[in-house]
Amino acid sequence: MSRYIPITQRDREEMLKALGLSSGEELFSSIPQDLRGKSEIKIEPLRSEAALKEYFLSLSRQNSFQDKKVFLGAGAYYHYIPYAVDYLASRSEFLTPYTPYQPEVSQGTLAATFEFQTYMAALTGLEVANASMYEGASATAEAALMALRIRRGDIAVARSLHPQYRQVLRTYLEKQGVELVEIPFREDGRVDLNSLKELDNLSAFIVGYPNFFGVIEDLEAIQGVLKEKGALLVTSTWEALSLALLKPPGAFAASIAAGEAQSFGLPLAYGGPYVGFFATLKKYVWKMPGRLVGMTRDSQGRRGFVLTLSAREQHIRRGRATSNICSNEAWCAVRGAIYLSLLGKKGLRKLALLNHRRAVFASELLSEAGFKLAFSAPFFNEFVVDLGGDAEEFRRRLLERGFVAGYPLGRDYPELKNHLLLTFTEMNSRQDIEALVREMEALK
Amino acid sequence: MRLIFEYSKAGKEGFFVEEEEGKEIIPENLLRPEIEVLPEVSEREVVSHYLRLSALNYSVDWGFYPLGSCTMKYNPKINEEVASFFTEAHPLLPEELVQGYLRVFKELEEALKEITGLDAFTLAPAAGAHGEFTGIITVRNYLEARGERREVVLIPDSAHGTNPATAALSGFRAVEIPSDEKGMIDLEKFKAALNEKVAALMITNPNTLGIFEENIKEISRLLHEVGAFLYMDGANMNALLGQVKVADLGVDVIHLNLHKTFSTPHGGGGPGSGPVGVVEKLAPYLPGPRLVESNGLLLWEEAEGRIRSFYGNFLVMVKALAYIKELGGEGLKEVSEIAVLNSRYLRKRLEKKFKVAYPTETLHEFVLSDETFRDKISTLDLAKRLLDYGFHPPTVYFPLIVHGALMIEPTETESRETLDRFAEAMEKILDEAEKDPEVVKTAPHSTPVGRLDEVGAARKPILTWTQYKEKQD
Amino acid sequence: MIPDELYYTESHEWIRVEGDKATVGITDFAQRELQDIVYVELPEVGKKVKKGDVLCSIDSVKSSAEVYAPISGKVLQVNEALNEQPELVNKDSYGEGWLVVLKLEDPGEISSLLSASKYRELVEE
Repeated sequence: MSRYIPITQRDREEMLKALGLSSGEELFSSIPQDLRGKSEIKIEPLRSEAALKEYFLSLSRQNSFQDKKVFLGAGAYYHYIPYAVDYLASRSEFLTPYTPYQPEVSQGTLAATFEFQTYMAALTGLEVANASMYEGASATAEAALMALRIRRGDIAVARSLHPQYRQVLRTYLEKQGVELVEIPFREDGRVDLNSLKELDNLSAFIVGYPNFFGVIEDLEAIQGVLKEKGALLVTSTWEALSLALLKPPGAFAASIAAGEAQSFGLPLAYGGPYVGFFATLKKYVWKMPGRLVGMTRDSQGRRGFVLTLSAREQHIRRGRATSNICSNEAWCAVRGAIYLSLLGKKGLRKLALLNHRRAVFASELLSEAGFKLAFSAPFFNEFVVDLGGDAEEFRRRLLERGFVAGYPLGRDYPELKNHLLLTFTEMNSRQDIEALVREMEALK
Repeated sequence: MRLIFEYSKAGKEGFFVEEEEGKEIIPENLLRPEIEVLPEVSEREVVSHYLRLSALNYSVDWGFYPLGSCTMKYNPKINEEVASFFTEAHPLLPEELVQGYLRVFKELEEALKEITGLDAFTLAPAAGAHGEFTGIITVRNYLEARGERREVVLIPDSAHGTNPATAALSGFRAVEIPSDEKGMIDLEKFKAALNEKVAALMITNPNTLGIFEENIKEISRLLHEVGAFLYMDGANMNALLGQVKVADLGVDVIHLNLHKTFSTPHGGGGPGSGPVGVVEKLAPYLPGPRLVESNGLLLWEEAEGRIRSFYGNFLVMVKALAYIKELGGEGLKEVSEIAVLNSRYLRKRLEKKFKVAYPTETLHEFVLSDETFRDKISTLDLAKRLLDYGFHPPTVYFPLIVHGALMIEPTETESRETLDRFAEAMEKILDEAEKDPEVVKTAPHSTPVGRLDEVGAARKPILTWTQYKEKQD
Repeated sequence: MIPDELYYTESHEWIRVEGDKATVGITDFAQRELQDIVYVELPEVGKKVKKGDVLCSIDSVKSSAEVYAPISGKVLQVNEALNEQPELVNKDSYGEGWLVVLKLEDPGEISSLLSASKYRELVEE
């Protein structure tokens, strides 16, 4: 038997005997014989732990990005993760339970999730937040579906929303028979309000905050247009750290703020697992998707936490549920809670400022070197440079010099094929930024 | 129990962040003040707070966790170690720099194809329900490409709630098919519901009663006759590893749960991973992006219908691949054999005092009804009392077609002694229900908190610390 | 507890007819089956429903039930008090726990409803 099976051959025989069976085969006699054809799985075992480890080490040695200087963001961000996050989150008690269906023996996960909900509600400036969604794009799509439950109509989406998020929105909405209307961006990188004004019968407008170009949208002006139409403002944020500095969506009367909180203690890990967040107003709480943890008391009056408002969910409402989500990213949310607790009120703000200042520093160096910033509106920690020539080619040449210089926008915006989205976090030192600008200048 | 906010005191720091002079360009009217609810705590306090919280959780590493249809098997530790080799890469790095990562995708895709006999996989879905959505819209995309608009997805009444919710999310109407007296899909009623408006049937096999749907091949044939598809919810794949290839059952689409069958930890509710496999004719309709190999180089190819950002819950995939690689084909077959052996052994052991919902033979799990105890205690009481005996209770009140259901899935990673002890505890609780029902009805008694006021929690929800403080003031 | 002056449905709604208006709620039997009610999702005032359409939904901690319109009509009024105190449906299902007031579209439909005695038979079965 494998090392994970605590049953001996003798146990096996005795247990089979207790069942009145003479072979393991007979355990499966309820499966019709003709379906049990060529069932053999042809995969060689690697029973030695050392050999298994070596196999994965050898795969990891096929990677070659480790010596590169990377200035990438666009929905996933390099941030330092304090060691205490890994230390605490790797506890079996957080890592190996199921969903907290038995609250009496799940208070750890429930309390930490309650803290996460508190943090996400505060960061978005809204009243309530859920226990997590899969990741930012599907969380944003679920926000659109929820908006439709509050108010029927069309969904408008900023063209400057993360391109992958727009694709996911399209997937989710087209299955509901809802059209997505795209709102273009202006020369300064912000939403074109005139196009938004033209729409009627609008359920909600979904806008990136900051948007895909790193630009901080003018939510006040957007809300001005939406208010008149009675439409909802829905924001999506994939660099959650920006919310430590920016006036939150709730301050602009957003109805839903969704997004990605990978920045809070999750490694990049080539795209996942990350953690979607989802916040809204108290009055809409029964229309929310996903799990919610609530505070309550036990039979002796002690504080405790439970999964609550569950009748919204698929295991009770089945086909009428607010979403089909069941498993979420609970463990990632616990990491987020730990991370935000460590950084705290002062630390998180300092970190956000550090990110912003590094990006401003880079933008100024680039300007001095003769590069043109594509958009004039303010940004948080990423911005777009107009290279005046093909950005893919430029990036390729920079890669030869050891730099992964941002994300070429032509992939998603044909009109921006000379444009590069560059991202700067606390992980990009001033020296590295200077080196990048030097190389870029040399290639110009 | 205290929350982190209650340790906060101005001036404490949990992490050092550099202060660096520099220019800012965000206008004042777009900036916020400090976030009041964020605490100021030292690292020492953060560590002891979360460590104490962790101690309030029951977990698989701690002990028996027989949650039916959740496959709470032991999570191998080496898998955590090998996953730590793959944490650093940004998902938008040029592919040539991350061939090791892409090789993990490729290897896992190939392994899952080999295990199921299906032709193509996407690893993108973040969980089982996300996989269901992916699988059902793949069917829908296929039909739409042929100009077919079908409205209905058939779902057995024993199905997980995610199935009908998925049908609705994918723009279909769910039509329920009743179970027959054996606990299987009622074949006649299925035939009566089947017509050209049906896009698919979502079957769980073995179903949530632990019973193998013996007519599956016939069901598949009938579906195909009207141009519909057979979707299999792979939640219970642990029963079939190496025993059956699902492609041989006539399955067209399946989602697997890496966090169930393939041993990755469930993290207190996620992350999971729900890869979707399909037969060849559906392969072009799987959502993008897709991994392709060209001259030995693995690359992403964009395709319509993205369901999430980037490519999937990668670290979960590494752990699942490690599990599959370590065990190999023979080891996986051993998994299903012992999972079924343990389940059938425990069923036999419990049948002395408890009523199994359906007499039909079961595989990796089985469902008890409350028939032998409902006049004394409820299923919930029994579940709560099990906590006092140091066991996590089974799934309760599901499937809905069984009164007071207890759905028990021991998995292969439990010893015979554990199964015996669990059975003894169950029987002892029956005894208590007879002699001292109060002790059962007020259980648990030995947990960090007792039964919680769920009604109060839902009527006057307190979902954040901020809300709690406001109510206090 | 089945008041004589009301009409009933097989899906456990009650209806009190006064002129061209009808107040709708769920029966005592239904509230006991549902147990502790935590949320009532009320329809919008002005919504038109046909007999048998979903009128609103009622959630308890572990279940969710739909309430069907006993007759066709337009929603004139909803019981806003349930937003804050959904438990009124448990406490007083025929009184303070009423759900909506409908404007009758077709008074003829009333004859299709159950009388108190018929409903009593149904529940006692």
